[in-house]
Amino acid sequence: MSNEAAIHPVTETSHDAHLDEHDIHHHKQSFITTYVFSQDHKMIAKQFLITGMIWAIIGGLMSVLFRLQLGYPEAHFQFLEDILGSKWAKGGQIQPEFYYALVTMHGTILVFFVLTGGLSGTFANFLIPLQCGARDMASPFLNMLSYWFFLGASVVMMSSLFVETGPASGGWTSYVPLSALGDASEGSKTGMDLWLVSMAMFVVSSLLGGLNYITTILNLRTKGMSMTRLPLTIWAILFTAILGVLSFPVLLSGFILLLFDRHGGTSFYLSDIFLTETGKALPNEGGSAILYQHLFWFLGHPEVYIIILPAMGLVSEVMSINARKPIFGYMAMVGSLFSIAILAFLVWAHHMFVTGLNPFLGSVFVLLTLLIAVPSAIKVFNWLTTLWRGNIRFTPAMLFAIGFVSTFISGGLTGIFLGNSTLDIQLHDTLFVVAHFHIVMGVSGILGMFAGIYHWFPKMYGRYMNNTLSYIHFWITFTGAYLIFWPMHYEGLAGLPRRYLDYSNWISFNQFGGLNRFISTVAMITFAVQILFVFNFFYSIFKGRRVMDKNPWGATTLEWTAPIRPGHGNWPGEIPEVHRWPYDYAKDGRDFIPQTEPLGSNESAH
Amino acid sequence: MSTLFLLLILLFGFLITFQIAKASEYVGVLKGEKKNFEQNNKVNGFLMIAFLVAGLIGVYYCNELYRGKILGESASVHGEQIDTMMYITIAITGVVFVITQILLFWFAYKYQYSEKRKAMYFPHDNRLEVVWTVVPAIALTVLVGFGLFYWFRITGDAPANANQVEVTGKQFGWIFRYPGSDKVFGKKYYQNISDKDNNQLGLLWDDPSTHDDIVTSEMYIEVNQPVKLIIGSRDVIHDVGLVYFRQKMDAVPGTPTTMWFIPKFTTAEMKKKLGNPDFEYEISCDQMCGRGHYTMRGIIKVVNHEDYVLWLAKQKPNYAQVMAGDIAPAAAGTATDSTKASTMRTNPAATKLVAQKN
Repeated sequence: MSNEAAIHPVTETSHDAHLDEHDIHHHKQSFITTYVFSQDHKMIAKQFLITGMIWAIIGGLMSVLFRLQLGYPEAHFQFLEDILGSKWAKGGQIQPEFYYALVTMHGTILVFFVLTGGLSGTFANFLIPLQCGARDMASPFLNMLSYWFFLGASVVMMSSLFVETGPASGGWTSYVPLSALGDASEGSKTGMDLWLVSMAMFVVSSLLGGLNYITTILNLRTKGMSMTRLPLTIWAILFTAILGVLSFPVLLSGFILLLFDRHGGTSFYLSDIFLTETGKALPNEGGSAILYQHLFWFLGHPEVYIIILPAMGLVSEVMSINARKPIFGYMAMVGSLFSIAILAFLVWAHHMFVTGLNPFLGSVFVLLTLLIAVPSAIKVFNWLTTLWRGNIRFTPAMLFAIGFVSTFISGGLTGIFLGNSTLDIQLHDTLFVVAHFHIVMGVSGILGMFAGIYHWFPKMYGRYMNNTLSYIHFWITFTGAYLIFWPMHYEGLAGLPRRYLDYSNWISFNQFGGLNRFISTVAMITFAVQILFVFNFFYSIFKGRRVMDKNPWGATTLEWTAPIRPGHGNWPGEIPEVHRWPYDYAKDGRDFIPQTEPLGSNESAH
Repeated sequence: MSTLFLLLILLFGFLITFQIAKASEYVGVLKGEKKNFEQNNKVNGFLMIAFLVAGLIGVYYCNELYRGKILGESASVHGEQIDTMMYITIAITGVVFVITQILLFWFAYKYQYSEKRKAMYFPHDNRLEVVWTVVPAIALTVLVGFGLFYWFRITGDAPANANQVEVTGKQFGWIFRYPGSDKVFGKKYYQNISDKDNNQLGLLWDDPSTHDDIVTSEMYIEVNQPVKLIIGSRDVIHDVGLVYFRQKMDAVPGTPTTMWFIPKFTTAEMKKKLGNPDFEYEISCDQMCGRGHYTMRGIIKVVNHEDYVLWLAKQKPNYAQVMAGDIAPAAAGTATDSTKASTMRTNPAATKLVAQKN
């Protein structure tokens, strides 16, 4: 039995349930092996989650700082200078270098460290073994390494905030030549090197994790758990992991070429450059700055699906459970995940319509990009039909799931604007883009993550979170997200370029001062409510109401057959066997039928 | 002090919220789990529908509020096509948006938990699924069709009679070059660039066709006459963003790009049309290019044919300036560098640099 072999490689493996139990009880774990260098997937999931939450607070706080600047470009906030020093916030005003460092770090942190590491890392680790019916991941040791590389990347990224020339400040995409030339920008000095090292470690972490997820899902499913009996969460995570494994190496190669250009005197990306700052022409000729963009977006686009697919999986699961109704069109849901995953690789150049890309090539990418709207539409309609004639319980998780569908629709539709190269000419690099990807990727991703956290918190910690705080959290976050990003589309339609810290000197762009103040205020309130959530989270770990029922939500999947606080190995005794798909809700007049229950004599599979 | 005060208020607010939340949890336990759940469910169900109504009103209100601040009539012929495309897209996505959001929140409200209701076992329906695969596919085909039709018109070759202007971005400003009377841009090589010697573009004086090339810091173009921009960069990637013409194209070092359009109104006409005497067509840098990105502003003057010819005639070719030993326009201040030196927040080093130049 390969599961046991994975956890206790030295012990003689046996099918004997008694031996298994004996095994688990006998291993006294020290504090270090339980909480620090743990190889238990559940603990690693919690490590990812909490690290991700810390990053989310830091990244969110950065957005509050630059929203302060955007909302009040003329104001002097003395406390900023007190905290940040006179280099970054002279006279209480955020300096341009610092502003750009903030937006760059905000993007990098939220995209990679929160919504990739925090989201996939948490739920892939937590749910794959529990929902597939495995004792642990295929390789618990690599899994542990995956977290430690993630933490290493975090430490390096964090340290870049404290170097004298500041952290990377060329945007989260770090386009060359800006990111390649220290003389072109302060942030392209040491900060950029640290950024690259940190990202390289992040790629290693995500490859170790991804390979593990794929292997576990394919090889360690329990008896009876055929692929078509997997919950949609697992399907979504599988496709996410495949996307990551195939595209992250390309990003890494792009970064390595960039490192060569920075320090090795090569000219992969550099050509024809004269720097005003130094008054010197560089020797590099023949490189292509656009090559970097191809390499970057070959990951960069799949990356947004790496963020949104797990959220889709979590939402599908939560929605079905709380509507007390099977998810509508299971196979269509899997099929659309699959086609999104394939198309994700074929649309990267839609970020580059105005780089001078051959218009014909552009048109191919328009077609492929808008094609993604079809599987996305299928998913939305399937979620709507799942709600239809259900019996909906508004648990906090369910609220977030419904919120996810709403923001996914809104953000998805604006994607149809941007994917159309004709409109992209006008909208490219304006606040419309910012509003679009924040709603569809940022807000939807984080709402999906919240749905997951609220739903599986009882399984993680054996306690409930405070409901009232959860409701407050949802309604303010959801409303706040719309209030921030909906009006921002109008600024984008008016052509306001993104990454400007002050529009007041522009004749064409100075008409939105009031709106910017409004957005900044709402952003601060929304951020404050996230602190409330964090408080609720940690408070409930220790003081929350205890879970008394093994299956508090009345769900069918395997994780709720495990003990309330499962040990390493998840199930004492044999791993349960699976007899049916995971969405038998409201079937034959029964509220729900667990996956472990054999089909009745005259019952048909779904 | 006030900051501290604000933080205290915030902390206090947290504490109160938390205490209320905790109390309501106890009350819930006293009331009984089931009753508590039903009450919460009702409240949230109501909030769902309330959010829908408030949201739709909000969308309408937003439209009313900002309609006058966006778009406006396009100032170029290509822009009109982009606007048409925009309206088609807004119409189609708008309908989908309203319908799906209404369904989402309405279903959530309508099918909220009730003891009497039994959820329906409805795992799939092939007919429905085919419908909502095919319908979006058709809608998207329409959008792709229109989109590509306009896209090829906009990105197609410029008419042969188009005026040509070369636009070069640098940190942080724009340099323009006109081919002069021979209509040919002379050769250039970036290693030859020297701001000191007033050769901002690195023109090769050995090539006689550079001799009549005009290099300026302001761009003049002719109304109702196609103009083709040949775009490049001296250092990092910039982007020529022309919001009123609805045009945008990256300026990439080492790889020239092009864009063309036909301006419809002169600057003077736009001043009148918008009722803004300060109006100028601005070039905004739309690609992150460093600390001065947000100040990288250029001006385009759209004038009628006579004024254009007159203006061109008044310009002295770069070659002639160099031969006469004129001071480089770049050294004559930071006119192209930023909007206003006083409003730009500079670091001490840069301020010193500017001071030296002046």
